[in-house]
Amino acid sequence: MTAPVVSVRGVSKRFGSTTALDAVSFEVAPGELFGIVGPDGAGKTTLFHVLTTLRVPDSGSASVLGFDVVRDLWSIRSRVGYMPGRFALYADLSVEENLGFFASVFGTTIADGLELIQPIYQQIEPFRDRKAGALSGGMKQKLALCCALVHRPELLLLDEPTTGVDAVSRREFWELLATLRESGLPIIAATPYMDEAARCDRIALMQDGRVLAIDEPAAVGTRFPRPLFAVRGKPRALLLERLRAYPHMASAYPFGETVHFSDRRADMRVEQLRQELLVTLGTDGVSDLLVERIEPGIEDVFMELMAAPTAVAA
Amino acid sequence: MNTTPTHRTAPSSWRTLGAFMGKEVRHLLRDRQTLLILLLLPLAQLLLFGFAVRTDIRAVRVLVVAPEPDATTSALQDRFAHSGRFELLPTTSSIDSLDVLMRRGMVDVAVVLEPGLASALRSGGTPQVLVVADGSDPNTGTTMRTYATAVVRDWQQSLGAAPASARIEPRLRMRFNPTLESVNLFVPGLIALILTMVTSLMTAISLAREKERGTFELLLVSPLRPWQIIVGKVLPYLGLAMANVITVLLAARMVFDVPMRGSAVLLLSSATLFSLVGLALGVLIAAVTSSQLAAMLAALGGTMLPNVMLSGLIFPVASMPAPMQVVSHLVPARWFIEIARGIMLKGSGLELLWPPLTILAAMLLVLLTLAIRRTSPRLA
Amino acid sequence: MNRSDAGSTGPAIVAHELTRRFGDFTAVDAISFTVQSGEVFGFLGANGAGKTTAIRMFTGLLAPTSGSASVAGFDVATESDRVRERIGYMSQRFSLYEDLTVRENIRLYGGIYGLDAATIRERSDVMLAELDFTPSVTSLVRSLPLGWKQKLAFSVALLHQPVVVFLDEPTGGVDPITRRQFWEMIYRAAARGTTVFVTTHYLDEAEYCDRLSIMVDGRLAALGTPAALKREYDVPSLDDVFVRLVRGPVADAG
Repeated sequence: MTAPVVSVRGVSKRFGSTTALDAVSFEVAPGELFGIVGPDGAGKTTLFHVLTTLRVPDSGSASVLGFDVVRDLWSIRSRVGYMPGRFALYADLSVEENLGFFASVFGTTIADGLELIQPIYQQIEPFRDRKAGALSGGMKQKLALCCALVHRPELLLLDEPTTGVDAVSRREFWELLATLRESGLPIIAATPYMDEAARCDRIALMQDGRVLAIDEPAAVGTRFPRPLFAVRGKPRALLLERLRAYPHMASAYPFGETVHFSDRRADMRVEQLRQELLVTLGTDGVSDLLVERIEPGIEDVFMELMAAPTAVAA
Repeated sequence: MNTTPTHRTAPSSWRTLGAFMGKEVRHLLRDRQTLLILLLLPLAQLLLFGFAVRTDIRAVRVLVVAPEPDATTSALQDRFAHSGRFELLPTTSSIDSLDVLMRRGMVDVAVVLEPGLASALRSGGTPQVLVVADGSDPNTGTTMRTYATAVVRDWQQSLGAAPASARIEPRLRMRFNPTLESVNLFVPGLIALILTMVTSLMTAISLAREKERGTFELLLVSPLRPWQIIVGKVLPYLGLAMANVITVLLAARMVFDVPMRGSAVLLLSSATLFSLVGLALGVLIAAVTSSQLAAMLAALGGTMLPNVMLSGLIFPVASMPAPMQVVSHLVPARWFIEIARGIMLKGSGLELLWPPLTILAAMLLVLLTLAIRRTSPRLA
Repeated sequence: MNRSDAGSTGPAIVAHELTRRFGDFTAVDAISFTVQSGEVFGFLGANGAGKTTAIRMFTGLLAPTSGSASVAGFDVATESDRVRERIGYMSQRFSLYEDLTVRENIRLYGGIYGLDAATIRERSDVMLAELDFTPSVTSLVRSLPLGWKQKLAFSVALLHQPVVVFLDEPTGGVDPITRRQFWEMIYRAAARGTTVFVTTHYLDEAEYCDRLSIMVDGRLAALGTPAALKREYDVPSLDDVFVRLVRGPVADAG
């Protein structure tokens, strides 16, 4: 049984009257890509501050790479790679200068870290003399990642690395993370994007300082307590309205072109629902009705947990 | 790809510090605008003030008051008329109108001869000549008085007075303004001002900028200790401050002949001590403020303003109301200006200046302790 | 009511070969499209593709280098102040003043757009009721959770009943339930006749739009309904359309 690289036990942290973290507990195994998923205000950044020893918890304890976050801060700080939100880079230094600086602060050189950062660095290498301030969002993100990796850390902590960046850059970034993971580096990444969460080994869903659930992404869906259906129809606004007003509705949320609908009646079957809706909605003016049974995803479970945290199977 | 290093050596403190300082120097040099301002502004101030002090006296209006006009008084008048700097006004014989004329601004310098001048000279006495200058503009007043006095002395020598004994003693009086301001007094104050700006203001802003940008957080999560971050930020500004001091001193010497009567080494050491006080203040300000703007305003209000208003740079301490005089004891620049003026103008050495130097050293100790206490390796 | 303006009977936004250059760099390259009144139009593109510059032109903040655009029937270059009277704007970064209360913000924005006190009170009561606004109206905006801030900001942008409302990534970082509530507010506004011009990085939200456009390197690379675009590129989601368009022609955007 290998020791976890990160162990958080009942950590709480308050700022004035706001509770940023409320008895948070979880563990990260070696080599794992662990996702922390939740909206702004969930406590993700405060959690990272505790793990990087920048803040001390009010109660509870945490250890990173076997070191206690309160007592052994310097041991942790020299071993982790940290990418705080907002791309903390020096705008007036070039790509190479930024990288060289962070390398030297850790007592190493770019050459030493090159093997690890190569797949990422090669994407920004053509711009090595360009000032970091003149890079696009996607490039800054990759540079920040390189700076966090150049000293070959034993754990990588990424606080919302893809915020404010377009969908293509986000995809590329997560592909890079997958490559890193293959090398055995444990990574903890926070993200508000549910689709990114699906790429992690395990995820923790967080809301208002609390951990709602921890599981593998695929398994998270099984926590949804009822059968879930995707309903299509025109016009969309009317469809949504009618489904909301449906007497047996448990939840009805738009998801792109469809509406994810769950029925209060347990064991509702798709055929039966289809018939019922055709009758009820069809007469109301909803046309092109399509009803399908679907597997609940992370976002469905997240919203269910937000509405009724205790009603979901642990 | 193995990412776990097989053995990890703690990075040497000095190498880390060196790397950090290297970055700070780059920031400093790349911020061309600020750098230019910091280097050129002091020079500009010096030149501006210096030349304003050395106002070109175009034509000083001189009035000779001679109760008994005769050949000797005409000789004096001729000298003024031909000197090129003066505009000779019609001579009067009575001193009564002098006050009115000066108040009206119609006369710049008056040379008042006493009655019986000629006979006093013949009998070997020492007649009085009164040179009165309009001192409401103290700088021009001084210069005009000096010129006029020079002309008067020349005249007196031409009358055959023995060079050793001045038989005519010009009595000099500055009307309307008893204090004397000159570039000599201004230069030490200017140095204090520049040092405050470069040390307190720039350091506070630099540290606050790091926090605002988010890179401070990143720096903390590294082997860098807080003291290294601070020293690394502070040393390049100390270097810049010294460069400024040397530039200003050289310019003052070359352009204005400002004296350096004491030890240059002592002056530079005192400047270093004063800079360190400023740096400690800058660090302290950055530690207690949360944004660049707040840091800048705190630095301006808490360091620059007192240094300008309460240090004796512009307003003499002795003429301040009592409470302000007390407060001025807490203003570091007050002590530095005293030290610098002492060294430059009076040639004072350590034996005279150890009290203000000790005070500055004590200030440094206190501020440093506070700054270290307030600098935490954590965010909160 | 602004609705009876002559300008609002035609299309809400018309862009014709709209171009903006900064020195040698062409940020927006001859884009042309029309947005009908009451439409929910998604304006997408990668960072640096020219979206922000285009929006600045539509809101009258930046003059075009060439080409033209009209919003609410008024030309953005020559009648920009008329344009600004008739539009609303909300972005992730600039919405309400954090150190003012909810009521103060409402009064402020109402006043800026020339509404009298009675109208402001009346409309804000309706708005807050619709929002089901549970926090106190005397609380500082800073103390509100992000979700409420964004919903409130959107409502305030609609207070003066603009013809077009421009939303710049309005749902960034907000929880999934609030995001959907936000989009329901968008639908309600559109149903009432307000045209909604929205940019977003959430491509699943792009599906909620009536039509959308995708900008790549300053040019309009795609324009159409979500269904049509997915069919055209033969992919199941708009995310795939986006990746195809942005990654495809551009190898490495520096």
